[in-house]
Amino acid sequence: MGEHLEKTVRALEERFGATSSTFRGEVTVFLQPHQIVEACTMLRDELDFEMLEDETAVDYWPEESPRFHVVYHIYSYKHNERIRLRVPLNGNNPSIPTIEGVYPNANWYEREVYDMFGIHYEGHSDLRRILMPHDWEGHPLRKDYPLGHEEIMFTFNFEEINSRKRYAQE
Amino acid sequence: MAENTTQLDVSMLDGFTRLVTEDALQGKTMLLNMGPQHPSTHGVLRLLLELDGEYVVNVIPDIGFLHTGVEKHMEYKTFEKAVVMTDRLDYLNNIGNNLVYCLAVEKLVELDVPPRAQAIRVILTELQRIASHLVWLGTHALDLAAMSVFLYCFREREMILDIMEMCSGQRMMTSYFRPGGLWRDVPVEFEDAVRQFLRIFPARIDEYESLLTKNPLFIERTKHIGVLKAEDAIRWGVTGPSLRASGVAHDLRKVQPYSGYEQYDFDIPTHTDGDTYARYLVRIEEMRQSLRIIQQALDKLPYGPTRSNNRKFVPPPRSELATSMEAVIHHFKLFTEGFPAPKGAVYVAVESPRGELGVYLEGDGGPKPYRIHWRTPSFANLQVLKLLAKGHLVADLVALIGTLDIVLGDIDR
Repeated sequence: MGEHLEKTVRALEERFGATSSTFRGEVTVFLQPHQIVEACTMLRDELDFEMLEDETAVDYWPEESPRFHVVYHIYSYKHNERIRLRVPLNGNNPSIPTIEGVYPNANWYEREVYDMFGIHYEGHSDLRRILMPHDWEGHPLRKDYPLGHEEIMFTFNFEEINSRKRYAQE
Repeated sequence: MAENTTQLDVSMLDGFTRLVTEDALQGKTMLLNMGPQHPSTHGVLRLLLELDGEYVVNVIPDIGFLHTGVEKHMEYKTFEKAVVMTDRLDYLNNIGNNLVYCLAVEKLVELDVPPRAQAIRVILTELQRIASHLVWLGTHALDLAAMSVFLYCFREREMILDIMEMCSGQRMMTSYFRPGGLWRDVPVEFEDAVRQFLRIFPARIDEYESLLTKNPLFIERTKHIGVLKAEDAIRWGVTGPSLRASGVAHDLRKVQPYSGYEQYDFDIPTHTDGDTYARYLVRIEEMRQSLRIIQQALDKLPYGPTRSNNRKFVPPPRSELATSMEAVIHHFKLFTEGFPAPKGAVYVAVESPRGELGVYLEGDGGPKPYRIHWRTPSFANLQVLKLLAKGHLVADLVALIGTLDIVLGDIDR
């Protein structure tokens, strides 16, 4: 871990009471949803983390609290350091404040997370689906969303699968 | 402002109504669909344009026509099998996609890669970078009505695709890099083919330049078009040649070297103008730098294995199966179950021809990626089109789409 990154993690821990962990030399800082805008503003203005590299989410279904983690990767050109922020979200229909005001390119990343995971961003300027058609139902990258293939029927599960195919029996 | 001549059918806007100005809804400015089937959108991209006469007031990109659910599919495949999905993202940079995915898996499971495999990875990645830039140059010039460049570019690209076919058996969907090294060693003809390419290609770059660099028509169409300031580029997460043409000398091959890039001597071409012409010059120079890297890597290409010997992750060679029981067990385990990855997440980024290509990979202790997210450069770079296009002519918009060098397979994933 570089010197600047260490300083950043310490600052985040002191200011927000955040916890951090290191895995394979990469630092992750855990924050609460209401802190994210303030934390990103601090990273950008005081600690030279100029670019939002990536924003995505992970679904931990069937776990409920937290069910989702929103993951941010923020990069500092000046110090050549990367920091990862993770924000746990509870429940099946969560929401989190948008960071579009801090990093404008979050716009599309947040639309993608909304599209794929159904996480709502409070205050987002244009929260529409981005990759799926606008009338699509469901959020494909959730773990309870099936991949969409025909299950193979064997003797032991024939009844079960057959009962789900009502259209075939009409 | 044009007269209110046509009544706008708002229902055709599906969800875009909020995004266009009041003028458009009253018919004072014109709404025009560009794409999804339009040759200059470089794929299936739909742009909703708001025009005042010939001038662009607003651009609303509509993407997702090529969405194939790559991330979802990869969650259902073992780490080794998921390699084939990576080729299908950015179809002009298949080798680069293989590379970043393999680097992520190797980092997650702490797998070593032999030096020979690393050097061959660098050679092929740089060849692929040239091939990708050639497609960009050809199509970009074609959009700007310089048709002959396209034919020359594809002639040289064919040489690179032949080298890819020689190594992997496939011209484009290579799947040649595997976690732990390469699928197999390169054939004996490989070195001669690459040297032949290195011999003829510098003159060919000069040939392209003689067609475009001082061509008044080309300069007219590209100079001062779509100026991107360095701070805007950083704010909007623009990376790659588009960032370097705005004066930021940032290249992940230099600042965060991977796969042995620190051993090679090369420059990062930059430019300060930040316009379409500057981006053209940067990419042309990048091709020359790639040649330098290939030359050095080929000159000191080490001998040795091309895949790790760690049998917990890499299947044993076919010859061992007949003599070693242990090899049979490893073979069986790896091809039925796959290797497990620890619980944890890594993010690996490489410099693709378009910019920073990142993979966020999370393991859960099982043999499949729990979550994989592709941070693709085209997705980030396309967002800035709105900023670039404002106030330009529709004809220049075509130049701007070309200069951002987007690949729709990369955007939609």
